[in-house]
Amino acid sequence: MALKKIQTPLTDESVLDLKAGDRVELSGTIFTARDAAHQRLIETIRKGEDLPFELNGSIIYYSGSSPAAPGKVIGACGPTTSYRMDEMTLPLLELGLKGMIGKGERSQEVINAMQTHKAVYFAAIGGAGALIARAVKKNDVIAYDDLGAEAIRKLEVEGFKAIVVIDAHGNNLYETEPSKYKTTT
Amino acid sequence: MREVHVDDVIQKISQMCIDCNYNIGRDIKEALVKAEISEVSPIGKSIIGDLLLNSQIAGDQQMPICQDTGMVVVFVEIGQEVHIVGGLLEDAIQRGIREGYEKGYLRKSVVSDPLIRKNSKDNTPGVVYYDIVEGGKLKISLAAKGFGSENMSKLKMLKPSDGIEGVEAFVLSVVEEAGPNPCPPIVVGVGIGGTVDKAAQIAKKALFRNIDESSPIPYVADLETRLLEKINQLGIGPQGLGGVNTALGVNIELFPTHIAGLPVVVNINCHASRHAVAYL
Ligand code: SF4
Repeated sequence: MALKKIQTPLTDESVLDLKAGDRVELSGTIFTARDAAHQRLIETIRKGEDLPFELNGSIIYYSGSSPAAPGKVIGACGPTTSYRMDEMTLPLLELGLKGMIGKGERSQEVINAMQTHKAVYFAAIGGAGALIARAVKKNDVIAYDDLGAEAIRKLEVEGFKAIVVIDAHGNNLYETEPSKYKTTT
Repeated sequence: MREVHVDDVIQKISQMCIDCNYNIGRDIKEALVKAEISEVSPIGKSIIGDLLLNSQIAGDQQMPICQDTGMVVVFVEIGQEVHIVGGLLEDAIQRGIREGYEKGYLRKSVVSDPLIRKNSKDNTPGVVYYDIVEGGKLKISLAAKGFGSENMSKLKMLKPSDGIEGVEAFVLSVVEEAGPNPCPPIVVGVGIGGTVDKAAQIAKKALFRNIDESSPIPYVADLETRLLEKINQLGIGPQGLGGVNTALGVNIELFPTHIAGLPVVVNINCHASRHAVAYL
C-alpha cells in the first residue's frame, strides 16, 4: 500500500496512476457538494448555463461541514454517504469530473463511467470530521448559500488523507477486502 | 407537586445537544480502544486509530465529533408529581435544541417538510416522546441521530414461526446490506414486538442504552452477544474496508405483540453514537 501525494487538479495520467488500496494525501482545491447542490448542478447543466466552478479536472467532496466556530477555518467536515449522488454523478463525469471523495459503495453505472472517463473515487473516514478539519486551510462558500449546510464550498486543503477505494481500472476495495475477513458462510 | 421551570429544561437540553456532539461516550471509547487492539486488518486498525484520534481532537477543541450533528430525538419521562411551570414543555424542548445547535456551532440538518425540503435553519423540530411515570422527577434522554446510519435501518414483519432464528437472519441481512454506508464500526439497535410504530420506537430506545450494558432478560442478553459475534464475522470491518470489527454493540428491546405477528426493526447507529441523560 503506497502513500501518494496528489496535487489538484487531477489529470488522466494522475488518475490512471492511482490503484485501489493506495493511501493518498491530497493538496490543492476541492469542492464540496452533496444532495441538494447536485440537484442544482444537474439543473444548471440541463439548462445549458455555466457551472459555479470548473468541473474539468476537479474533485468533488461529498460533505456538508458543521459551522466554523470563531477563530476556526471550518467545523467538522467528514464525508457523507455517496450512493445518494450516484445518478447525478454520471453527467458530471461526462464533463470532466476526475475525482470524488465520500464514503460507501457506488453503483455499477458510476464505476463503469469512471473507467470510461478516467476518474477515481476516494474514501475519507466517515465520522472523523474533527480530524479531517485539520487539513482544511481555507473555506469559502462559492454557490447556493441558501442551501445552508448543503452550499458548495471551495476548500483549500493540505495533506487531506484519503484511501483510493475504487480506481479507474474497475478495482473496488469494498468488493475485495471484506471477503478476506468473512468467517461465516 | 414538584415544580420544574421550562427555563431549566431549555438550558439542560441545549447543554446536552452540545455535550453529546463534542464528547464521545465512555462506553464507545472503551469499545474502540479494544477494537483497535483486536482488529486484524491493517487498514481497519489504522481507521480505528484515526477515530480515536478524532474523538480526542473533538473533545480537546470542543468541536463536533462528526459534521452530521444529527436530528435530535428525546425521550422524556415525566413523573406524575411534576408540575411544569413557565410555559409549554414541548416548546421548551424545541427551544433548547435551537439554542444548543446555534451556540455549539452544530450543523442544522433538518428540513421542515420532507418533500419540499427547505432547511429549517435551526435543526428543529426534534422528535419527542413522552411517558408519564411515577415520582417527582423529569428524566430527559437525548440523542443526536446521524442519518448515514439511520438510512440503513429496516423494518420487517416476520411470521411468529420465524422465531429467534428469523430475527437473527434479518438483523444480519440488514447489517450486511448496509455495508460501509453507516460508518462502521456501528451500534445496532433492535426492537422486537409491539406494532409497526412500537417496534421502531423501542429499536431507537435500544440505542440509548450504553453498549456495555446487557438486556436484563437473560435470553435476550445471550442473543445480543451472539448477534454481535455473528455480525463481526461478516468481514465488513471498519468503514467497510474489511476486518473483524463491524459492530461495537447490539442492544435489543422487547415489547408484547399480537398472536399473528413478530415485528422487528433494526435501527443502525454509527460509532458517533451520541446520547445523554439528565434529571430535573
Ligand atoms: S453515519 Fe454517523 S459517523 Fe457517519 S457521517 Fe453519519 S453521523 Fe457521522
